[in-house]
Amino acid sequence: MSQNIAELKQEFAAKLAAAESMQTLEEIRVDFLGKKGSVTELLKSMKDMSPEEKKAFGQEVNVLKNELAQAITEKGEELRRAELEREVASMPEFDVSMPSVLDRGSFHPITLVQRECETIFKSMGFHVEDYAEIVSDYECFEALNIPKHHPARDMQDTYYLTNGQLLKTHTSAAQNAIYKKYRDDLVNNGVPIKAIFPGRCFRNEATDACHENTFFQMEGVMVDKDISISNLIFFMKTMLSEVFKRDVKVRLRPGFFPFVEPGFELDISCAICGGEGCPSCKHSGWLELCPCGMIHPEVLKAGGIDPEEYTGFAFGLGLTRLAMMRYGVKDIRDLNSGSLKVLSQFTEDK
Amino acid sequence: MLLSMNWICDYVDLSGLDKLALIQRFSLSTAEVENEIFMKGSDLSGIVVAEIKSVEEHPESRKLHLLKVDIGEAELVDVVCGAPNVAVGLKVPFAKLGAQIGDITIAPRKLAGFTSNGMCCSEKELGISDNNDGLMILDPAFAVGTDIKTLFDIDDIIFEVDNKSLTNRPDLWGHYGIAREFAAISGRKLKPLDCADLTEYDNLPAVDMKIEDSLCQRYSCLQVENITRKVSPVNMRIRLYYCGMRSINFLTDITNYIMLEMGQPMHAFDSRKVEKLRIKRYDHKFSFKTLDGVERNIDEDMLMICNGDIPVCIAGVMGGLDSEIVEDTTKLTLECATFDAVSVRKTTVRLAHRTDASQRYEKCLDPEMTTTAVARFVKIMKDADPDAKVVSSLTDEQAYKYPIITFTFDRSFVNRYTGIEISDEHILTTLSALGFGISLEGTTFTVTVPSWRCTKDVTMKADIIEEITRIYGYDNFDINTVYAPSYPIRADIRKSVEEQIKDLLVKRFSCHELHSYIWTYNDEYKELGIEVEDNVKIAGAANPNIETLRKTIIPTQLCQVKYNTAYAPEFGVFEIGCVVDGLREDGLCNEKKKLAITLYSKTESVETVYGKLCNMLAVLFDDIKHAPIKFVKKEATHSYQHPRNLNAVFCGETEIGEIGVVYPTVSKKIDKKASIVYAEIDVADFANCDKIALVYDEPSKYPEMDIDLTFKTDIYAPIGESIKAHGGALVKNIKVTDRYADEAGKSITVRITFADKTRTLTRDEVMVVANKVIADLTGKGIALKA
Repeated sequence: MSQNIAELKQEFAAKLAAAESMQTLEEIRVDFLGKKGSVTELLKSMKDMSPEEKKAFGQEVNVLKNELAQAITEKGEELRRAELEREVASMPEFDVSMPSVLDRGSFHPITLVQRECETIFKSMGFHVEDYAEIVSDYECFEALNIPKHHPARDMQDTYYLTNGQLLKTHTSAAQNAIYKKYRDDLVNNGVPIKAIFPGRCFRNEATDACHENTFFQMEGVMVDKDISISNLIFFMKTMLSEVFKRDVKVRLRPGFFPFVEPGFELDISCAICGGEGCPSCKHSGWLELCPCGMIHPEVLKAGGIDPEEYTGFAFGLGLTRLAMMRYGVKDIRDLNSGSLKVLSQFTEDK
Repeated sequence: MLLSMNWICDYVDLSGLDKLALIQRFSLSTAEVENEIFMKGSDLSGIVVAEIKSVEEHPESRKLHLLKVDIGEAELVDVVCGAPNVAVGLKVPFAKLGAQIGDITIAPRKLAGFTSNGMCCSEKELGISDNNDGLMILDPAFAVGTDIKTLFDIDDIIFEVDNKSLTNRPDLWGHYGIAREFAAISGRKLKPLDCADLTEYDNLPAVDMKIEDSLCQRYSCLQVENITRKVSPVNMRIRLYYCGMRSINFLTDITNYIMLEMGQPMHAFDSRKVEKLRIKRYDHKFSFKTLDGVERNIDEDMLMICNGDIPVCIAGVMGGLDSEIVEDTTKLTLECATFDAVSVRKTTVRLAHRTDASQRYEKCLDPEMTTTAVARFVKIMKDADPDAKVVSSLTDEQAYKYPIITFTFDRSFVNRYTGIEISDEHILTTLSALGFGISLEGTTFTVTVPSWRCTKDVTMKADIIEEITRIYGYDNFDINTVYAPSYPIRADIRKSVEEQIKDLLVKRFSCHELHSYIWTYNDEYKELGIEVEDNVKIAGAANPNIETLRKTIIPTQLCQVKYNTAYAPEFGVFEIGCVVDGLREDGLCNEKKKLAITLYSKTESVETVYGKLCNMLAVLFDDIKHAPIKFVKKEATHSYQHPRNLNAVFCGETEIGEIGVVYPTVSKKIDKKASIVYAEIDVADFANCDKIALVYDEPSKYPEMDIDLTFKTDIYAPIGESIKAHGGALVKNIKVTDRYADEAGKSITVRITFADKTRTLTRDEVMVVANKVIADLTGKGIALKA
């Protein structure tokens, strides 16, 4: 009978070696180890044997059975590995060179620079205020120490409305309301007034690539007991360094604005030439960027704040100009054009 | 305004100092200097005095002459010259071989067959005037061979200050005031003006002059005769020319010279025409011809200089043609006055005519300057024309005197305002250099503002800070942050809602943010057939396209959509901007901030696009306020609204806007086939809606059970209502899983999810609910689809 076992082993080995799929392997398993398989058949032949023979043969068949089962398991694993390798190998390489479809929306460039400025000032403890576009003569001029017939009104060609109000010519028009809003907190609780107010402004002038009748500014004020010119320069320099993401050099020149005293024109070192002089800065090395100054005592008074006790500074930043500088927009009219060819390019800019 | 460094140096000795550096300092301390600085005479060298010794006709040219000139060298020089005024014995400027005129280096040159070894020059060629009529004729007393630059002030540094940066400084409208600034900046002394002593004429008769209107602050006049000199001295003409003025004649030149030197305009009348000077306004309108020959309309508000009752000059603006100096004028009456600045400004605005004089008067000139200017005039006149005679006493009337401004300030005030320590000495020297009276006692400074600064410019302590700090130099400031108690900063709710809206629309719905104007676009609206609705207008608008304020953003946005139809087959745009919804009860504009969204699609049905927009709004409301959206039909009131599918939009229970389809004709004008749907939301109303607090709902540990039901209907609302009414707490979610139409009509499939937190639901109890819903809806005519 051992003879049969040897033959069977040989036959099994040959078949197993030839097996290439799990299915064939299963057929082999059934052929040898199944209920009607060769090994089972061998056991059936034991019924005529003596108990000793049975025992010996039984053990021999069991060993065989285990051997075959073991071999099948191993073969099975081998086949599965091969199959996995084939599956992995069969995965095609995708074309990642295909252009992406972003389908993204866009922010108006003013929104982008405005948000950036707001973030900077919020981080320094400033309130961000929203203010009306249509204001009174008082808010826009009188409260800012610009009485009627003052030459400063010449500088700003104003859109007056049929009801006597006007389209605000500068964000400074919000100053008076802001002083009044925060005055009590300042006087009673010692909370300094720190606020910025971005907004849309209007001036009646002919439009061209550099001039618009509708544009954005951002005004900022800070009022407390001992706010000084030294503080003003510090905040301007810090704020502009944050905006331009470099350590900007600033310089102040006297500038005349009725609502500040002293008033300044603030220049920053030209980013393009680094101060050497280039066409962008008209070869001066400096760019005139933001008017600023110490808030005029009359303006504080109009806001209900005693100028003997409190001082403050105010500044204005041209958001439209800043957006044009930041993105290299050459024609100011593009900003209000509504053209998606222009404006869809301004996605988040962090 | 163009400024001459030579002129400034007449009044402050800047020798040994870097003048360009001082100009830079001036720019930072006083007023902005334009970048281009002109180094006059720097491109001119080798020009000497030459005497014309002989003149011969050129054999072939009628224009050219052959000259021999003496330039003080051993031999005469042969020159070919084309100037018409050549004559033997004349002394002229001559560019020697090797001389430099602009870019040209003079070299021997063949001219019509003859060699020219140099060039005789006109004033224009020397760059000292625009006179190119002929050679410049020099004083016969000049020695031949003398370098011309040693005779005339050709070398000069000319710089320009933007007039706009001088609006608040009447004292800076002449060189003397500028020189005072340079004196303060450089620490050098300001010299006094060189003036004639007019007291010697006190015994002469006065001019018949009277101020009859308080708009004239001061009027000073003097009569002179026998001015024989016609052409001004060369150096005077060079200065006028360098400073942008043409030389006219000696008399006019002196008045212009004084205006450029002191900032004080002057005017000269023919004395025959102003025998009885009266300064007044008229009580009627009339026409008046100014010396430029233009008829101008004078009204009751304009101050006039008159001869008795005959107007001769618009005060502070321009003289009349009739009283102008003419050929046979022998006696002149000089006017030197100051007028009310606002009145002059209004007059120039009404006449639309601004002159060099009026723009100075508008700045509030110092009335104390008039008599000094007359004295200066006489000095210049007598120096250049010794025969000229003063024939009247100085006649001067001052109707208005500015109050003398004196105040005190403490040194702690300076420290506090500047944030740095500025020495007492700096304060004292700076203010005194600028002409302020200043003294210090203990820590208290007392200042007296000089007359030229107190007409409007310096009135209080804060103004003094500017004077001290600008000369100190802002570059020299230590800069410091502030120390203050800190408090929470609360964001403005409307502002933060705006930002959230923008983020959602851009990032989640790929919309594009646009900006537009606050007024209606009349032409563009017309093209689309949208009516421009009456509203608040811009007063006196010149352009009807910039006149009426908009009540809504939508029409403008539709214009923008039309402009972009070629951009993409579908897109969404939005704007958050102001509109004016008429006037409020108090007469003020009812300004509102709106969010306008328009969706445009060439590929999808209007129903699909409408659904998208509804869903976008629902997401906005849910994300920002956790509030449900609701739509209620409304009536169309604007020409762009389609009357169908126009719905008021509610955030929770608050109506905050509308959603609608564009009226067919308007829509077709934008794009024949596209679907265009819009919504407009009031941002403040939305921001003010209550935010519904987020409530955590612990998920049930027991399985949920879904039931799908299909009803034959095309409206969802009754299904939802019925399920909510009958399902009670068991219904966890309702979802529309399908909407379709077949031969049997439209139908909607909903999936109801049931759950209970305490137990597993049985199919039977769920079916009880489902059956109630089915029975309810069947009762309402909505059948279950089998």
